[in-house]
Amino acid sequence: MNKIPRTPMRNQDAIERRNHFLEVALGYSLEEARAEAARCIQCKNPRCVVACPVRVKIPEFIKLLLEDALDEAFETIYEDNILPSICGRVCPQESQCEGACILNIKSESVAIGALERFVGDYGMDKNLADKPVKENNGIKVAVVGSGPAGLANAASMRRKGYDVTIFEALHEYGGVLSYGIPDFRLPKDIVKNEIDNLKKMGVTFVRDVVVGKSITIEQLFEDGYQSVFIGSGAGLPSALGVAGENLNGVYYANEFLTRVNLMKARNEPLSKTPMKLGDTIAVVGGGNVAMDAARTAKRLGAKDVFILYRRDRKSLPARLDEIHHAEDEGIDLRLLTNPVELIGENHVVKQVRCEKMKLGEPDSSGRQRPLPTGEFVTFDIDNIIIAIGQKPNPIIKDNTLGLQTQPWGGIITDEFQMTSLPGVFAGGDVVTGAATVILAMGAGKDAAHHMDEYLKTTTR
Amino acid sequence: MYDIVEKRILQNDIEWMRVRAPFVARNAQPGHFVMVRVDADGERVPLTIVDHDQTDVVIIYQKLGYTTRQLSFKQEGDTLETFQGPLGKAAHIRDKQHVIGVAGGVGSAPLLPQLKAYKEKGIRVDAILGARSQEYLILLDEYRAICDHVYITTDDGSLGQEGRVTDALKIRLETDASIDHVIAIGPAIMMKYVVEMAKSHQRSVDVSLNPIMIDGTGMCGNCRVSIAGKTFFACIDGPDFAGEAVDFDELIARQSYYKKEEHDCFLRLKDE
Repeated sequence: MNKIPRTPMRNQDAIERRNHFLEVALGYSLEEARAEAARCIQCKNPRCVVACPVRVKIPEFIKLLLEDALDEAFETIYEDNILPSICGRVCPQESQCEGACILNIKSESVAIGALERFVGDYGMDKNLADKPVKENNGIKVAVVGSGPAGLANAASMRRKGYDVTIFEALHEYGGVLSYGIPDFRLPKDIVKNEIDNLKKMGVTFVRDVVVGKSITIEQLFEDGYQSVFIGSGAGLPSALGVAGENLNGVYYANEFLTRVNLMKARNEPLSKTPMKLGDTIAVVGGGNVAMDAARTAKRLGAKDVFILYRRDRKSLPARLDEIHHAEDEGIDLRLLTNPVELIGENHVVKQVRCEKMKLGEPDSSGRQRPLPTGEFVTFDIDNIIIAIGQKPNPIIKDNTLGLQTQPWGGIITDEFQMTSLPGVFAGGDVVTGAATVILAMGAGKDAAHHMDEYLKTTTR
Repeated sequence: MYDIVEKRILQNDIEWMRVRAPFVARNAQPGHFVMVRVDADGERVPLTIVDHDQTDVVIIYQKLGYTTRQLSFKQEGDTLETFQGPLGKAAHIRDKQHVIGVAGGVGSAPLLPQLKAYKEKGIRVDAILGARSQEYLILLDEYRAICDHVYITTDDGSLGQEGRVTDALKIRLETDASIDHVIAIGPAIMMKYVVEMAKSHQRSVDVSLNPIMIDGTGMCGNCRVSIAGKTFFACIDGPDFAGEAVDFDELIARQSYYKKEEHDCFLRLKDE
């Protein structure tokens, strides 16, 4: 079996990159992509495809790449994944396609994410996504939210011929891709390009419209929409639930990242939404959002940035690459450390008191449960950023009669992704709770299939 | 983009604007607000919906900070970049006999639709309108049209009684036993004292809170307020709340965290 080592991706210098928001991972050259593609052994029953939430035909596009048929390689990916440049950058490949790769047994998996990114970027440069689609069949469908779930659903529905309108609550499209993920991990021109592709397909985009408030689900049907897909994500920050959480200087990651990304605080004074940040910053959490917040704080000039996480290193839910990038940039991981109190002076946070933790038996998530030790440590801080997860925003739930939801706010759907309301489908984080871009895309794409089946029986 | 269909100057620093925004107008109710962004680099600021019809929404603002001053440069026929809403929970119109609304400064703009809603329910309404001086009082005719009594207080005595709204409220609560509910909208410090006065006179009191907001839709969490030890987001749980258990000191502190940055931004506007 293939023992050639995996082709590494070049990164920007770790010291230099702390000063700006340019993308850290530089991508493959054509030669590097070819060398990496040659490592794929073209399994007859590829496990990588099964492990991909949108089932990209991975060996097929890799083979085409090797044969220099790059246009065809792009088209092969694009059939299943309308956001290849994005997924190549932000997917947790190590727990999906690459995690399933057979080469892992003897060596290292094929760098599928890096190859997808390469082919996606090639297609973007050559504008390959701009292809004629089916004529509009005049049947109106509404998509709530322009994040990964909504974009995938809209693209799939448009390809099936439907007249698709996306309603976005904020003033920019892309959902978490725009307000959440920073440029150094996902440059915003890539998001814009993918959205422009959908516009070229004939998808209508409407911004500043909060479904549930500006227009209710019921009113969408009154206005002639025959089916609705809710892909409004998980945008409500989870609270730590400790004393001092409402002190000044305590940010939820959502606020911090929204100020910087959506409101462009880093372009101040051009942007009129500033970001007040001191020298010493604690970030609570171990996921991608925590890594994004910590690395963003560093780039905004914070001297000392550390992460507080209550479990151990191997339990960190963030992408491996992002953990490495964060550490390379000087972010300190303080593991098995759980914040229990925020201490302030004159309404401004000054310290975070933490309990040291140890690991016990596995819990329902399969990870070892963190247990208190009774030993405490206190750190001086100027700001603390809480990044311990998000829940679905309650606006749609609170303003839609008969829409059944979980106690934690998630929308309940049946095996066909239909909600308790006929013709109303849902998918992505609003159903599962905060997860990944690719799972949301998969849910949006799959829901389109069910919506199509539903509409075939109710229209014409 | 949203068209400014009409603009009026109400007072020195206070302006009235009617904006075409059918998606906001469609479901707007008293207590709702909009998030406004003047241009592509602008911040998002919340402003209460003062009035609306089928297609248009009225806002009133005082030229105090960067964005309101930026707004004031806009004229009829110009456009706004973002006008998103209606946001927040509609005001809770309670089952009461006689309501007195208390407004400080430009707080009289958001108070008006709430008192109107009470009036339309057949409930008797009075108002106490306070301002620094006569030039900062607005909507007097509109209030007189719906209120049995309109009491005016100014800091300098240029109109009405010299003093603060709480002075006038004290007299009303002590002399008119029929008043069974107070609504206070204005600066946080004013609402704090009105709540204290209502409580000490055994009247229920509603307030409309105005913390810093970024998105206005439940996302950022900056607008969190403590009420009876529990945290609420003013944007989606409010902005109107029963006032009795609101932690006003925390609200006032949170409103001031960005004071310096806001001032710097405002100073730059003068250079632009």
